[in-house]
Amino acid sequence: MMEFDIQGGDFLNAGESSGVIKEYMKRIGLPHPFIRRVLIAAYEAELNVVAHAQKGTLHFTMEEQRVIITVKDTGPGIPDVERAMQKGFSTASSEVREMGFGAGMGLPNMKQNSDTLTINTEVGKGTEVIMEFML
Amino acid sequence: MELSKISAKLALKAVTAVDITGLSVDTGYAGDLLSDVLAHAEPESLWITIQKHKNILGVAAAKDLSAIVISGGIVPEKDMLDAAQERHIPVFTSKESTFILSGKLFLLLNEHDL
Repeated sequence: MMEFDIQGGDFLNAGESSGVIKEYMKRIGLPHPFIRRVLIAAYEAELNVVAHAQKGTLHFTMEEQRVIITVKDTGPGIPDVERAMQKGFSTASSEVREMGFGAGMGLPNMKQNSDTLTINTEVGKGTEVIMEFML
Repeated sequence: MELSKISAKLALKAVTAVDITGLSVDTGYAGDLLSDVLAHAEPESLWITIQKHKNILGVAAAKDLSAIVISGGIVPEKDMLDAAQERHIPVFTSKESTFILSGKLFLLLNEHDL
């Protein structure tokens, strides 16, 4: 298992954990399309924390037949998950949008690339996203 | 097609010293919306964008893109280029617009000489 800290607002270093995870998955010889699925979802999840929360963590767990990514943050929480899952819906700031994020594709991308996506969220407390990828 | 050949044909300027020997380009993708590129770019694409911040490297790495071209005469900062070097992601710049570069790349990849 690997754990990474994510700092809210720190766009410049976002994606570093995905880099480490990628190297690990390549080293143990997982198939490339599988690696890409995990990375897209992990990167989007990490960016969500950077864009919306103060801080968070990303856990990567490798089991025999699956990878589990858990991303937990102390952020604003998601008031309406169903709406947040819709393509194009976003609450990102204009600053975030200018960087090419916040187009309302993060959660849909995460759903599309994972086998299961579970969102536990509480407004004012934070959000936990658990994604499972079957080999 | 070899990345080195495409780079020469499109008159791209290499701004990293990443060795591109043996790298090839199957197709291209043009876009500045990172989530869109994450969702839709194919592996071994040449990605043309006007974004120049470090996160483009994360996208390129996650999608196994062949290289990034920053279009429109936009000049990336050293910080980003150092990070690209470290992660072995070739970055190029061009004065041409995304539209012109995409058009030329499309022709090249479909075996029209320029």
